[in-house]
Amino acid sequence: MAEPILSVDGLSSGYGDFQALFGVSLDLAPKSILGLVGSNGAGKSTLFKAILGLLPRAREMVRFQGQPIGDVPTRRLAQIGIVMVPEGRRLFRSLSVEENLVLAAEHGRKGAWTVQRVFELFPILGEKRRQGATSLSGGQQQMVAIGRALVANPEVILFDEISLGLAPIVVNDVYAALPEINASGISAIVVEQDVDRVRRLAHQLVCLNEGRVVLSGPAGDFTKAQLTAAYFGE
Amino acid sequence: MVLVDAVVQGVLLGGLYALFAAGLSLVFGVMRLVNIAHGDFIVLGAYIALMVVSLTGLHPFLSLVLVVPLMGLIGYALQRLVLERTMGADVLPPLLVTFGCAVIIQNALLALFSTDAQRLSAGPIETASLPVGSISLGVLPLITFGVAVALIAGLEVVFFRSRAGRAFRATSDDAETAEAMGVDTRHVFALAMALSFAVIAVAAVLLAARSNFDPFAGPARLLYGFEAVIIGGLGNLWGTLAGGIVLGVAQTLGAQVSPSFQILAGHLVFFLILALRPRGLFPRMD
Repeated sequence: MAEPILSVDGLSSGYGDFQALFGVSLDLAPKSILGLVGSNGAGKSTLFKAILGLLPRAREMVRFQGQPIGDVPTRRLAQIGIVMVPEGRRLFRSLSVEENLVLAAEHGRKGAWTVQRVFELFPILGEKRRQGATSLSGGQQQMVAIGRALVANPEVILFDEISLGLAPIVVNDVYAALPEINASGISAIVVEQDVDRVRRLAHQLVCLNEGRVVLSGPAGDFTKAQLTAAYFGE
Repeated sequence: MVLVDAVVQGVLLGGLYALFAAGLSLVFGVMRLVNIAHGDFIVLGAYIALMVVSLTGLHPFLSLVLVVPLMGLIGYALQRLVLERTMGADVLPPLLVTFGCAVIIQNALLALFSTDAQRLSAGPIETASLPVGSISLGVLPLITFGVAVALIAGLEVVFFRSRAGRAFRATSDDAETAEAMGVDTRHVFALAMALSFAVIAVAAVLLAARSNFDPFAGPARLLYGFEAVIIGGLGNLWGTLAGGIVLGVAQTLGAQVSPSFQILAGHLVFFLILALRPRGLFPRMD
């Protein structure tokens, strides 16, 4: 495997006195998708927050292109090239669809992904550009959240449960964008409850249980039964 | 005719109150912080203008070229060096710190300038007036009102049309997510405070050219500004202007009843609006 673009090495973190992650390690290969699975409370969102510095981590626990970035403050990571599509979307409700995207573009990196290109990827957002971001349907809001990550022109996007609360048909629409995003050279870690979907989408799989990695390897190496067993910690 | 005159004078007075209020409204809107020392910083701005005028001989209005950036710097530094350390889930610590600032400013000004009432002399413009029909409009109140409208229009443009404004609103909505998008939210908060202090500088010079001030003139200015913000509705700068006008008109009409009723009339109208429409006349914020 080529040098990982993002690697997590022995990451332990948590909320105050409560430790939620115990020595988690994983490697994200360049231009690949890593599926992160695990039951509720397994530590998936916690891992994302720790990578982004929203929870405590140490310098050597996170590396980006070989460089330790575990001491880089959250606000610098978009410039380095790591952004998140957060759970629950967390759009800025005082900003229009377009302003949400423009804000992310202004504070991210310059590159091929522009606000205009996001409108081409998700034409409905172009039509509703002037509307308040949170007035859109759940699926459209998720498109804004994904677009907001794209216009920062990152190397890595962390997708946290982008299907949460969406109708199945809408989930398909949202996930349809991922191959194009990946083809543009962006690597991704995808947290998803739907194990079948992750197996089809991801190159690598990592399963967390109670804050520890219980399974890790190429997505094709595991049967559904193996994954399900790891998922439930059996 | 007396009533018309009172209403017109009240509207113009409202411009001054809107200037007291705009900075307060801005800081509350962006960071949910009530700056208890707001009025005292207005008075501090007036004393700084006084010193700039006596050192340079500039006209008070021209002194703004120096006073505005100076106050902006003070605002930025106050946020980065003091208030930033107190901000968190609990809204009380920053409130208490600004209260402390109020006490310190009042007493420092007292030590430096004594209780003597001061005034910025703006020359003949202070007493100049324009006759309009049977009433006469003071030039200084007209200028004050015009400046208030222009300033609020300018703040609206900054807030809704500029990169800084987008960062203000995004940070106000969700600071953690803004930070993850690459927004330096501490810098954003400090910029909002600097902008608030720039408005304070303008309010300070217009206040000081219009009436006497002393080290303890701040709290009443905070009160008028606060009332204008609440009457107008939180988070709405045009509403703040409307709130200032309502307060100003209430005061000048109250003065028609009896001069001693002037201030009380304003407070009563504030109380009435708070009781009937707790979110103010034109609320924009949730």
